[in-house]
Amino acid sequence: MTIHHGKGFACINYPIGMNLGGDPSQALVHSTPDGKFMVSLSSIDLGQGMKSVTRQIASETLGVPVEDVYVDTADSDTGPHCMGSFASRGTHRVGNAVIRASTEARKAMLEAAAEELEVNADDLDTDGKGNIHVKGSPGRSMTVADTAIAAQFKQGRTLSGRGIFLIPPSEADPETGEMSPVTCFAHAAVVVDVSVDDETGEVEVTGINSAYEVGRALNPKLVEQQLVGGAWMGVSHALYETTEPYYPQRDHGPEDFNTYLMPGPGDVVPHNIAVLERPAEDAPFGGKGPGEMCANPLLPAIANGVFDAVGVRCDELPITPEKVLRGIRENGGPQPQKRLG
Amino acid sequence: MAKTPVQFNLNGSPTAVFSDAGANLLDVLRRDVGDLTPKYGCGQGTCGTCTVLVDGEPRLSCLTLAESIEGCSVETVSGLANGAELDPLQIEFMEGFAAQCGYCTPGMLMAARALLNRNPNPTREDVVEAISGNICRCTGYESIIDAVLRAAARRTGRIA
Amino acid sequence: MSSIEFRKDLFADERNDDLKEIGKPTIRQDILGHVTGRSPYYDDHLFDGLLHLKCVRSPHHHARIRSIDTSAIEAMPGIKRVIRPEDVPNNLNTLLSLINFGRDDEALLQGKKVSYVGEPVLAIVAETEALARRACKKVHVEYEVLPHVLDPEEALKPEAPVVNEVYPNNTFDYHDLYDHQKLRFGDTENAFKSADHIIEGRYQLSPIEQAPTETCGAIAAPETNDRYVCYTGTQALFFSLGTTAKLLDMPSSRLHFVGGTVGGGFGGKVDSLHEPLAVLGAHLTGAPVKYTFDRQEEMQVGAPRGAERWFIKDGVMDDGRIVARQFTGLFDAGAYSRLSPYAIVKATGHLPGPYTIPNVSSNVYCVYTNRTPATAMRGFGITAVDFAIETHMDKVATHIGMNPIELRIRNAYRDGDMKAHRRLAKNTALIECCQVAAQKAGVRLSPELMADSSLHGGGIGERVAIPETIVDQDGKIGERRQKNLSLHPGDRSSPLSPVPEGTAGENVVAVPAQDPDMVMEPQRTGHGTGTPSPRSAPLVQAPSVERDRPMPAPQALPQQPTEPANEAAPYKPDKPFDRGVKRPGVSRFISGSRRR
Repeated sequence: MTIHHGKGFACINYPIGMNLGGDPSQALVHSTPDGKFMVSLSSIDLGQGMKSVTRQIASETLGVPVEDVYVDTADSDTGPHCMGSFASRGTHRVGNAVIRASTEARKAMLEAAAEELEVNADDLDTDGKGNIHVKGSPGRSMTVADTAIAAQFKQGRTLSGRGIFLIPPSEADPETGEMSPVTCFAHAAVVVDVSVDDETGEVEVTGINSAYEVGRALNPKLVEQQLVGGAWMGVSHALYETTEPYYPQRDHGPEDFNTYLMPGPGDVVPHNIAVLERPAEDAPFGGKGPGEMCANPLLPAIANGVFDAVGVRCDELPITPEKVLRGIRENGGPQPQKRLG
Repeated sequence: MAKTPVQFNLNGSPTAVFSDAGANLLDVLRRDVGDLTPKYGCGQGTCGTCTVLVDGEPRLSCLTLAESIEGCSVETVSGLANGAELDPLQIEFMEGFAAQCGYCTPGMLMAARALLNRNPNPTREDVVEAISGNICRCTGYESIIDAVLRAAARRTGRIA
Repeated sequence: MSSIEFRKDLFADERNDDLKEIGKPTIRQDILGHVTGRSPYYDDHLFDGLLHLKCVRSPHHHARIRSIDTSAIEAMPGIKRVIRPEDVPNNLNTLLSLINFGRDDEALLQGKKVSYVGEPVLAIVAETEALARRACKKVHVEYEVLPHVLDPEEALKPEAPVVNEVYPNNTFDYHDLYDHQKLRFGDTENAFKSADHIIEGRYQLSPIEQAPTETCGAIAAPETNDRYVCYTGTQALFFSLGTTAKLLDMPSSRLHFVGGTVGGGFGGKVDSLHEPLAVLGAHLTGAPVKYTFDRQEEMQVGAPRGAERWFIKDGVMDDGRIVARQFTGLFDAGAYSRLSPYAIVKATGHLPGPYTIPNVSSNVYCVYTNRTPATAMRGFGITAVDFAIETHMDKVATHIGMNPIELRIRNAYRDGDMKAHRRLAKNTALIECCQVAAQKAGVRLSPELMADSSLHGGGIGERVAIPETIVDQDGKIGERRQKNLSLHPGDRSSPLSPVPEGTAGENVVAVPAQDPDMVMEPQRTGHGTGTPSPRSAPLVQAPSVERDRPMPAPQALPQQPTEPANEAAPYKPDKPFDRGVKRPGVSRFISGSRRR
């Protein structure tokens, strides 16, 4: 028995948002009596961090502390329409809607403060700490709370905003496939280290080095969560997961987590990530959704790593020990490649 | 349908329910007692999402016959915090970004709590073993393992 | 253990990093709820007298329903209601009818012919889940078993059984013209002739379960004011609401959907199977009704990431340039459309991957087979073809004896390049990702490759040209029922005609903000406002790797992103493309009136 080591490489790009548009999302933002802001959405947080990232986008756009912003989602009676959380569209589409709604609310807030401070609204700025001041003279300022109170109880002005973001629907051409698929793309490249046991056919991923380009890491910890968890899922897809192990035969389908296999806490792979940020023109603060694309490069990289280690091409997923062993046997033995040093 | 009285101690409070014959502890806690912190993940005992402590030991509440906990002490996430003061595990899961969708979190917390109760200074391998029956589909586990290790250190005063 | 670094040195001149909240590791808004177990998932809403719904499901891949006998359960105490197909007011739907894509092809409860194992034929509402399950087993359904087909290539043969009567050719109809979505850019067949190497491959991904720890489900209850409240784990609240309103023929204003806190989705919670049945159950019984998948249903009845089979043929020169790439893709949709036909268009727009290749063609088919319908999952439409492309790239590298990373960089798309779907690439960063990943892994690349950049070398000459393109009319709808036809774009049987070089329609961009007050000042967007400056650091910094010369200072960017999206050119709805495109409307349904 010999353990063979190999390296596999893959790189990808990923379209952000629903292909061919037609997927609007809306946001409503309003101030409470004392200048805290509520963001109303109908978008879904399924763990990716929708509530958190839209909260940070609203905070940045409004120019108020993040502690003073809360996101309320998803109640169809109060949250305006959103197409949903899929296709990496949340950050891009909902984020842009939140920016528009927050911008309108900010505008109203600065106008209210301008009336109190007797200056032009264009001359005002926020410090992100709950104050509004005259640009260049931080001494002339008032709090967001006082502004909200004045606006709503003295001036009769609402500090609220509406936002919608839509890329209009389009179609693909029947003959050429011409289309306007999406407006921004995330990128990734990974090098995986694998080891292959030539007696059992078992493949183990022993290390991942990756570079992910995400436009902008709107919250670096949320990005890290997605990249680490997504790469884990990529490893899982490559080596273990399927509901039909003998596809296209339908039998032997797993019905529980004892037979549907995934790596467990004992199988954590050391993963060294570099995050690159090249802001996308029409994305909120340039941020692209990292949630989906993070898994994709792992599948081919692992297949390529297995080839590098033992010379077996696994062109059908998942890469089960059975497939690897059959491949080794067909080749008359392991054939290490060592193409990446 | 015949109901059976079951008395147990839930997070320090005496609790009594009339349980349906054959009902499992998960359903009794959620439906009859109204403690919604244990979650249903599979009903097959394979995901750990419904983990609670019975007399200090981690148990899959979906496979535990409610009648069998007569006289036992049951702990759920509802009892983790001391009033408004969060348990070190909760603090570390929170600050360490050790949850995404949050659905496996209660089960993870209880599995980790059982570990720290019996072994205040666990190694990484101990943590892995303790949560190896708990499935997380989001995080890739590493942040969870780290959070449990930091919570152990916090509990034993090795970090503030 | 693992690590993460943020390469702020890269693309630094395109970004402001001095934002106040954006870029900060603020803890999640929902995290306290998660660690205290109080986050309200759909099942965390208690109702007195909650009823439970379970479905009687087909045991056959394909069978006609002859009769259904429920007499054994009619007298069972605790059974509150049997829901039959005829109880569903508008019992035919397709998910994407909400955006006018595809024909209604799937019943909520199937009354005539089942087309996959697990297809629901009847729903039973009972006082307990256990009772509902027991009752399901006692319903006697008599089936006439039909021949079935499970392999997508078999399903395309003339003699294959019809899986889905709405699409009798076992393929989705694209543009009312073809049984597949085409992509044609240049002339792959001609380019293959002059290539030094032809490299072919076949790739396959088996179905994959999303496996969220929380299974799919919903609870519906009659609400005051003659409405229904529905707590749901959906990934798309208004999708589920709209689908429910359509199937139940109920004004959407009578539906109050609450969700937003979901125990994982990964694409598996878009299908909106539970909400309509739960609301219908509540409507018919006047009581709260819960319908949820158990784990077994989630695994085998809940729609997986569908299987895909891809064929790739590359024409490659000795120096590694890929001059032609041809794809044939088969998406195994299972018995009904759900989201598969849409994903195929997405996949087509993604071809040929992140590379600039002057000749590209593809035929991608949405094929119906007698298996669980497929749906979305993380990376939908892209994951499998990326597996195919990147495994194939590795094969090409081995074939011509080139470092696999070098092959990628040589062929990488760059700013200003023309893509096969006839739009310009911008904001690209593939090369930089390759460089950084190689560097982190200690893989040695030549100084020349390490100095390369996505900002350079693109958008010139052939790279920006739209070539004359050879198109065909192969694979007209129904043609394959008459005779065996090749699936591949290369085997052309219909008359060919050229589309002149340079042919491209108008790009579609975001609708501008409806009010100027909604437009953020450009200087606050945080990007595209920095003064262009030389790249602040060379890419290669790892001590294990020989230090290479710094990357050259970027020249003026081809497309400096200086304007916010909402100042982009306004959409012209009357003429989005110049050829063969009709203006699709946004669904009337979703804006409040019902489709008929």
